Amino acid sequence: MTEEHVKFGKSKVFFDTFERRPGPIKKNMHYCPGCGHGILHKLIAEAIEDQGIQDRTVIIAPVGCAVFSYYYYNCGGISVPHGRAPAVGTGLARALPDDFVISYQGDGDLAAIGLNEFLQAANRGESMSVFFVNNSTYGMTGGQMAPTTLPGQKTVTSPCGRQIENDGYPIKVCEMVNTLAAPVYIERVALTSTAKIMQARKAIRKAVANLKERKGFSLVEILSPCPVNLKMNAKTINAFIDEQMSRYFPLGCFRDEPESKVKHYAIRPVHDPESVKKVLFPPKLNIGVASDFKNQSKIFENERRIKIAGFGGQGILSLGIMLATMGKLRNFNVTWLPSYGPEQRGGSANCSVILSRNLIGSPVIDDNCNLLIAMTQVALDKFMHELKPNGVLVYDSSTMRVPTHIADSHPVFGIKALDIALGLGSLKCANSVIMGALSAILIDRYLEGADKMDFDRAFEEAIIDCFNKKPEVIKLNICAFYEGKKAVRF
Amino acid sequence: MEYLNRLLLKGNEAVVYGALLAGCDAFYGYPITPASEVAHSSAALFPKLNRTFLQAESEISAINMVIGASAAGKRVMTGSSGLGISLKQEAVSYLAAFELPAVIVDIMRGGPGLGNISPEQSDYFQVVKGGGHGAYRCLVFTPESVQEMCDAGYHAFSLCEKYRMPGYILADGVIGQMMESVTLPEPTTYVYDPEWKITNKTNGEANYLTTIYLENDDLERRNHLLQEKYRTVQENEQSAEEFFTEDAELVLVAYGISARIARTAVSRLRQQGWKVGMLRPKMVFPFPERALKKIARSGKTRAFLCIELSPGQMIEDVKLAINCELPVHLAYRLGGNIPSVAEISEKAVAIINAKGGDRA
Amino acid sequence: MKRYRVKIEPEECKGCGRCVLACPRGILEQGTHLNEMGYAYVCVTKEGCIGCGSCFYQCPEPGAVTVYEITETED
Repeated sequence: MTEEHVKFGKSKVFFDTFERRPGPIKKNMHYCPGCGHGILHKLIAEAIEDQGIQDRTVIIAPVGCAVFSYYYYNCGGISVPHGRAPAVGTGLARALPDDFVISYQGDGDLAAIGLNEFLQAANRGESMSVFFVNNSTYGMTGGQMAPTTLPGQKTVTSPCGRQIENDGYPIKVCEMVNTLAAPVYIERVALTSTAKIMQARKAIRKAVANLKERKGFSLVEILSPCPVNLKMNAKTINAFIDEQMSRYFPLGCFRDEPESKVKHYAIRPVHDPESVKKVLFPPKLNIGVASDFKNQSKIFENERRIKIAGFGGQGILSLGIMLATMGKLRNFNVTWLPSYGPEQRGGSANCSVILSRNLIGSPVIDDNCNLLIAMTQVALDKFMHELKPNGVLVYDSSTMRVPTHIADSHPVFGIKALDIALGLGSLKCANSVIMGALSAILIDRYLEGADKMDFDRAFEEAIIDCFNKKPEVIKLNICAFYEGKKAVRF
Repeated sequence: MEYLNRLLLKGNEAVVYGALLAGCDAFYGYPITPASEVAHSSAALFPKLNRTFLQAESEISAINMVIGASAAGKRVMTGSSGLGISLKQEAVSYLAAFELPAVIVDIMRGGPGLGNISPEQSDYFQVVKGGGHGAYRCLVFTPESVQEMCDAGYHAFSLCEKYRMPGYILADGVIGQMMESVTLPEPTTYVYDPEWKITNKTNGEANYLTTIYLENDDLERRNHLLQEKYRTVQENEQSAEEFFTEDAELVLVAYGISARIARTAVSRLRQQGWKVGMLRPKMVFPFPERALKKIARSGKTRAFLCIELSPGQMIEDVKLAINCELPVHLAYRLGGNIPSVAEISEKAVAIINAKGGDRA
Repeated sequence: MKRYRVKIEPEECKGCGRCVLACPRGILEQGTHLNEMGYAYVCVTKEGCIGCGSCFYQCPEPGAVTVYEITETED
């Protein structure tokens, strides 16, 4: 009697029949006769099977001949945009710390259109293994020149042979990746003689084992036969790879580090509502007012429109934020709109703040302004026309002069804000000096009843709200505020 | 521990808060003005919850990382401005073809080319009409306030998941940069875990996602299914706010910052006795055709006026919605300029006067 | 004593000839008959398989080549 068992046969990582493949052929792959993709597919399947990770492996199919790898592997599969497999792989690997990501890419995908995505993923040391098929040509589209086409090699887009002067040099991917610190394993192998295929098998097993061991980023470059596009047979294509390709792309292991370089795989996102609130919701400070509180003064019956303008560094935008915060703490609807962009990097700065009991329409103030705070002459000239008749002008009298015709038609208050702030040791608190002055002005002229008392408290609360982690900043600004209050002359 | 739920936030920050409260697991992006705070606040907040923030090497990579995270069955977001959105378009076409949900924030700036960083609304075509290749659509939310930025970040995921399609939060530089007080929604307790994710199996076979269908009939069938889905979305999800439209002779149509300006213009004109109103699309795909049609056929409205920070992109959808049954006018500014309330009001009054209308 | 047998599925072989080149015992030959895909599939023409697996690993098709180990058992 004899017993037979399979010593070398089809991996269970492959589907028994390839039902996802359209057309009548369900047992074969779609690759051409003698194509290296099939050999490599088998080596990868065997390695996945031997590591026992089939159920937790995702294989990314590139654009190129291997675009249909999900026809064959009974693993999670996704066929991604051209060249972007390592970026998609990054999203997968970060999302799936318990799974294993394989990026399968050709030379056009990896070394031309997707070189950036590939190098950056390698440089981050993403937890994935990349199998890079270098067959020196574009197979799927009919044998055009690849970044790995050898000098002088003829293709349909290099009909006279690759011209270095025109097309540049073939790209040595392993060597390039070997300049990066993060990858743990880099090897170049060839699918030619059985001995070399066995070496490739070893490298692929290593890269797959690295996945399981969470070592980090592995790259195996595979010099692979494309006999149909190169118009060769099994023998001549092997000779081409061994004698010409391998001379330009030397085989061997470039790096094999024993230690894992993956740090982030054990992190699990936090979703429980209490922890989320702890991070996102502000702690309830002993500030603010009851939800039905309303400042009673008449000036709050209508929308209040405030423009603050000066130059970058004067705290223009933060002055606006303080006012908006005060409004928020007193149950107003508020908008704060900055001039943004180049202006915030020096030059002029301005912001618009609107406080209202009602829904605020446009956050833009280009007319009907109730209060203009101008910290430079340029700002004053630019925005004065927006101020309503009877609108209040507050300006920094340490640097500016206001023409008399303005003073004739508007309530105007000059405060030596910069001087006072300098005296306190920080120009940055000039805005709080202005706030202090504003408090004095409003209490004297516009606020009624309990609101007279409330402004100072609202300011202090706003400062606490804005700077709740910086007690010394709070102290300085409150000090500046009270200096500003004292500085107003009526 | 007691918490407050009211914060003063920029629109760009609020959308991130909304997404995090909706359980968004990852943010992949590349900084660009005026959308940078979307990345800044994501960088500050996602890691505090052990969620992923990654500054990608390009917008192309960022959106492809989004594909990966979404295929893994996670809520994921990216954000950019027009130039970056242009770069993302290939992968957005893939997201649509994969039927993967994902949220993309577009804080529009001036274009074309490098343009400038001031607000425009001229990404409408590329975002709403499907700027990538192939016949696909994306959900498009058009918030007009910081609160709505937060709400869009919070609610966009579930609608994208309901229809398995990508969605944009389409705002402009003003909405992104301005601060308003925001009431935060409660953190979601919903656990998102789609059965189609590629780590799952269906009938014992590992799931896969692809967009390639070499057989013509297969692709045609597939595209019919997508189009059918888009028709369902158009039918069921229209969303708009009407502001004084009931008796309006002239209805302004605007979204985002334009709607805020239009709102003030309508309020002021109403105080002066003019019968004007506003229709504000809260989403522009699906476009609020029904609401517009109803207004057009009310017998009271005699014209529409679109307000846009583009030379007229949304206006095409307005005309289509009402089948050009009434005149549709346009008021717009370009290059980062914003029309003033006075400008809009004058134009509105001129249109009413030309039609022989009068104050009430 | 172990013996081996190699089996080539005529309907799965694309006739590329890699296995023929690689077989250290020369027991495989490019055939002359075409299968349904239109390829002249490889045939096993001699005894003497040593179970090295060269043909299996050289073959690009998942299931075209199978190598069996044959164990003699006593009745």
